[in-house]
Formats: sequence, structure tokens, C-alpha cells
Amino acid sequence: MRQFGGMTKLQSPKILGLIVALGLSASASAQMMINGAGATFPYPIYSKWFDEYAKVDPSVRFNYQSIGSGGGQKQILAQTVDFGASDGPMSDENLGKAPGKILHIPTAAGAVVISYNLDGNPALKLDGETIADIFLGKIKKWNDPKIAASNPGANLSDKEIVVVHRSDGSGTTFIFTDYLSKISPEWKEKVGNNTSVNWPTGIGGKGNEGVSGQVKQTPGSIGYVELIYAIQNKMPYADIKNAAGQFVKPTIESVTAALETANIPDDFRFSMTNDPGSNAYPIAGATWLLVYEQQKDPAKGKKLVEFLKWALTKGEGMAKDLHYAPLPDAVQQRVLKRIDEIKS
Amino acid sequence: MAASIAVEESSAQARMARPSRFGDKAFEWLTLAMALTVVVLVVLIGWQLWRGSTLAIQKFGFHFLTTSTWDPVAEQFGALPFIYGTLVSSLIALLIAVPLGIATAAYLTELAPLWLRQPLVSLIEMLAAIPSVILGLWGIFVMIPWLRDYPFPFLKRFFGWVPLFSGPIYGPCMFAGGIIIAIMILPIITSVSREILRSVPDLQREAAYALGATRWEATRIAVLSYAKKGLFGAVILGLGRALGETMAVTMVIGNTPQIAASLFKPGYTLASVLANEFTEATTDIYLQALFEIGLVLFGTTILVNLLAQLLLRTIAVKSATRAVQ
Repeated sequence: MRQFGGMTKLQSPKILGLIVALGLSASASAQMMINGAGATFPYPIYSKWFDEYAKVDPSVRFNYQSIGSGGGQKQILAQTVDFGASDGPMSDENLGKAPGKILHIPTAAGAVVISYNLDGNPALKLDGETIADIFLGKIKKWNDPKIAASNPGANLSDKEIVVVHRSDGSGTTFIFTDYLSKISPEWKEKVGNNTSVNWPTGIGGKGNEGVSGQVKQTPGSIGYVELIYAIQNKMPYADIKNAAGQFVKPTIESVTAALETANIPDDFRFSMTNDPGSNAYPIAGATWLLVYEQQKDPAKGKKLVEFLKWALTKGEGMAKDLHYAPLPDAVQQRVLKRIDEIKS
Repeated sequence: MAASIAVEESSAQARMARPSRFGDKAFEWLTLAMALTVVVLVVLIGWQLWRGSTLAIQKFGFHFLTTSTWDPVAEQFGALPFIYGTLVSSLIALLIAVPLGIATAAYLTELAPLWLRQPLVSLIEMLAAIPSVILGLWGIFVMIPWLRDYPFPFLKRFFGWVPLFSGPIYGPCMFAGGIIIAIMILPIITSVSREILRSVPDLQREAAYALGATRWEATRIAVLSYAKKGLFGAVILGLGRALGETMAVTMVIGNTPQIAASLFKPGYTLASVLANEFTEATTDIYLQALFEIGLVLFGTTILVNLLAQLLLRTIAVKSATRAVQ
């Protein structure tokens, strides 16, 4: 008891000092706080940007909540954040609900890879039709002639294929089902494209870590994850046949190659799956920041524009280290021009 | 000496209690207000869930509870597989955790040597402190591979003729989900049961021994039977947690909205689909359907608890009449 009393006596001046110091620092720096919320996929690069940008402009702080693309779209519509973030472009329906014009600012792109668990981890080559048939449950065994056709010499057993997909709503699923919908009319009709879909077969794993865990643990399984997770977990992933008929390995370069040949409209709401370039990896997608063209708070709007310009120039240089594909120069210039149109 | 102090104290208390009853009244009102907070909270949650799902309720009506399609692309939503999955996984969990929990509690209070009791109790309470994400990861990387390689093939080999244990074994499945919930509700069932068994008066035990009962008979008749009502309460507390368990279950149950006879097939629960899809739901009707899932979970929990209370009452009445006879 006495000891406890002694400790509080010793500590209380310290705590008091701490409180005073905190109070002082809070009042001394009237920092501007810019709030954002949305996609989880670009969270690592965004937080890196916010960190680095604090050194460039100490008068502004960013607060980003990675609550998911759906939440990001909802919050920018409700104007509870200064910017939103999404792994898929907003639908016309949602844009129609906005009180002002919302701009899509693409920031980076990533690849979705097809990973698998087979004895001896053979290098596999797959085409879109085959992937669609596997995920539709039509191809059931690993030694199916359709798989064997692109993989002569690979030792494929008659093991049953266990399909693993994301169970949580996710931009990764959006990109993957967008690709399958383009490749396979049957997929488009039966399943379609969304952040979650009604899967015809398979087991659902939560998050990239859930799918990679499940694939690693289940012999004969196949699943899709973001490139970075496959690299980190040392999982094998397939080369995919692109629209030009080439089998392409998913890398940052082959994703940027896809961006170069993507058909990008002026509102930047584009899909980059199954792009025509000969080096383009076909299962890839971009991620966007969502901002109002007419900013409500002039001071904040100005700071936000400054940051966006910095992100699209200096920030892009940091993408590769974090395994994101940066925008190609031509796209970058177009986006910068669009940022200039933000009024505050 | 001690006695005189006690006398002084009690007379002091009597003097203080006399002048005013205001303290008592204030205390009564205060506790009433606190108790009402809980009621108000429950009503508010229910109302908010209802408000958030009116569109979906209007669009799908009663079909929401009876259809099995969950298709965010076509915007067709039915909750039946999730309701089924929640009930079945909780049932599996209870079937495993209740005998285990009550037996552990009986061992701890009746049979274990004194030096072993406290360490065991601490261990069990530590189990409750494991975050559910960690349990889920452990489920994916340790429990499921082991289940898939040993117990599941064993069950399939000897009981494969029962539909429950038929079909291919992938790993993540309804059974695995039930087992992980069992692990999560074991501590609460054990701790509550132990407190209840400890509160059984020693007179009960002594009376049983005096009649020549063996240790097993004394435990069964004088202790477990006496504490039946309390133990049932422990089970209901466990069930409440089981119905709402989310993260760990999501990681091992396979997340497939289907109603399958085999426990080796993947399933899905109400809480899991909420955790999975709420963050990325962009369209109104999709979000509303998820809100309605929340409402259904809310309703299921209340309903199951009411049923359990009813069951408890019937049992209590039965044993009372038997005692009279």
C-alpha cells in the first residue's frame, strides 16, 4: 500500500508534465487535418505517401482509414471525408447520388495472381478459358486435357482441384471477376462481376491472408491473391495467356505494360483487365482516389491539390518498392491535367 | 475483544441507518436507471437494424428467410444458409464444449488435488484471453491440417455411411467451424460452471456420503443434480457467445452459403457474412440486405435464448415434481 502511494507521488509530476506538454503541442501547431477513407489494397503506399509528405509540408496532416472501397465511396458521397479511395470505379448510379462532380484520380495498379498447391510446385501456364472453367467447377481434376494442353511435360496428377476464393468483399475479387467476365460469356452470364459474387464452387478464405493460407494448406488447391502476398508467402503463381496470345508472368513491369495499352477514358473510370499489349499481364486493376471537383473548403482544397500533384509525381517513384505498378508517363500527364481542374 | 468491536460496529450502523431513507431510494433509482440502459440499448439496436433494412424487407419479404441464393451481382438475397450455418455450428460447439466444460468444472471443484486447482483455473482463463484472430490463424495453419489428416478420415472411414460424415474432405468446413467455436466458449462454460458447483453447500455432499454414496454418486446426485439450473445458465451464456462468434469462425468455416448434409462441407454463418461483406457493399439494396442479416442474427439470438429459458423452466418444474414424489 505504502509502496503504491510512493509510486503515484513519484509519477504524478511526470504525468502532469506530460499533460501540459501535450496541451501545449496541440495548441502550438494548428495543423490542418485532411481526412480520407476507403480501399485497403493501396493502404501501404498511401500511408507511406502521407508519412513522406509530412516532411514536404509539415502544416498538413492526413488521416486515412482503410475501411474498404464500399465505405470509401459511401463516405465521399456523404461528404464526411475530404477524399475517398476505391479499388473499383464508382458506378453511374452512385455518382448520380453525389452532391457535386466526383473526380477519379488513378494512383497505382496491382496484379492478381493465380496461385496453386501441387506436388513439386511445377511452373504452370494457364489461359483465361481454363481459369474460368476451373472457377465454374467444370474442370475438376488437375490432369484435365485443357490444363495439360498449355503445360506439356508438367507432371499433373488426377488430384481433385480445390477452388479457394475470397469470402470478403474485395477489390481483388472485382478485378478477377472482371477479367473472367471478359474472357468467358458463361461466367458473365452465370456469375458476373462485383466485389463479392455468388461463387459456383469452392471454399471462401477471408482476406489475402485467408486465401494464401488456405492454398498453402490444401493440396490440389488453386486461388487468386494479390501479387505481393504470393511473393511474401513464396507461393508459386501461373503465367497467364493475355489477349495477344502470349503467356505473361505477373510482375510490376507487365502491369505497367497493361496500363500503357489500356483504353482509358477522360473520366479515368477504366478497367485494365485483358489488355491488348503483347507484354501486358491480363489480370490487373488500378486503384483510385475520389475527390470533388468543387472543393468546399478553399484552404483544404488547395492543400489537397498540392498533395495530389506531389503524389502523382514524387509519390509514384515509391510505388515499385512497395510492389505497386506506377502509372506510365502518358497517363500520369493526363491525370495531372485533371488535378489542375479541381476548384477551391 | 473482537466480539466487542463487532457489537460496536453494528450499533454504529444502526444509528446511521435511522435518520433518512434517502440513500436507499437514490440507490434504487440509480440501479433502475442502469438496468433500463440495457433495455433501451437493445431496443435502439433493434430499431436501427430495422430502419437500415426496410428496403430489403419490402423487396424480399418473407422470402429472405426461406431462400438460399446470395448473389450480390444479381442482387438476389436469401439468408437461409446463414441461419442454418449459425445454428448448426453453435450446436456442434455446444455438443463439444458442454460435456467438456462441466466435466472440467466438476473435476476442479470435487476431485482435483488442491495444489492443481489454481494452475488449471488460470490456464482455462488464459484460453479466454486469446484474441479470436489468433485462434482463427491457428485454426487455418494447425487445426485444419491436423483434422484433415487424422480425425476426419477416421470419422469418414467408420461413420461414412452417416450423411453427416460423408463426402470429400477439404479442410475448412462446418465441423471445423463448430470446433473452433467450442474452443472459444469452453472457458466461459467452465468458469461459470465451476462457480456454480463451488456454491453447492457442503452439507449436500456430506449427506450423500453419509448415505453411503460413492464419490461418483455424490458428485452426480448431490452436486450436479443440485446445480442443474445454474449449469443450464452457464450453457446459455456459452450459446449466446457461440451464436455471435465471428472472426475465428470466418477463417475456418469455408464461407460458402449452402445447406449440406455433410459436416465436411463448407458452411457460412450470419456473423461471418456480415464481417466479410459489409465493408465493400456499394449498392443500397446490398447494404440493406446485410443490415437485414444483422436483424436476423439479432432475432435468432433472442429466439434461441427464449427457447432455452423455456426449456429450463420445464426441466425445473419436472425435477421439482419428481422431488415432491
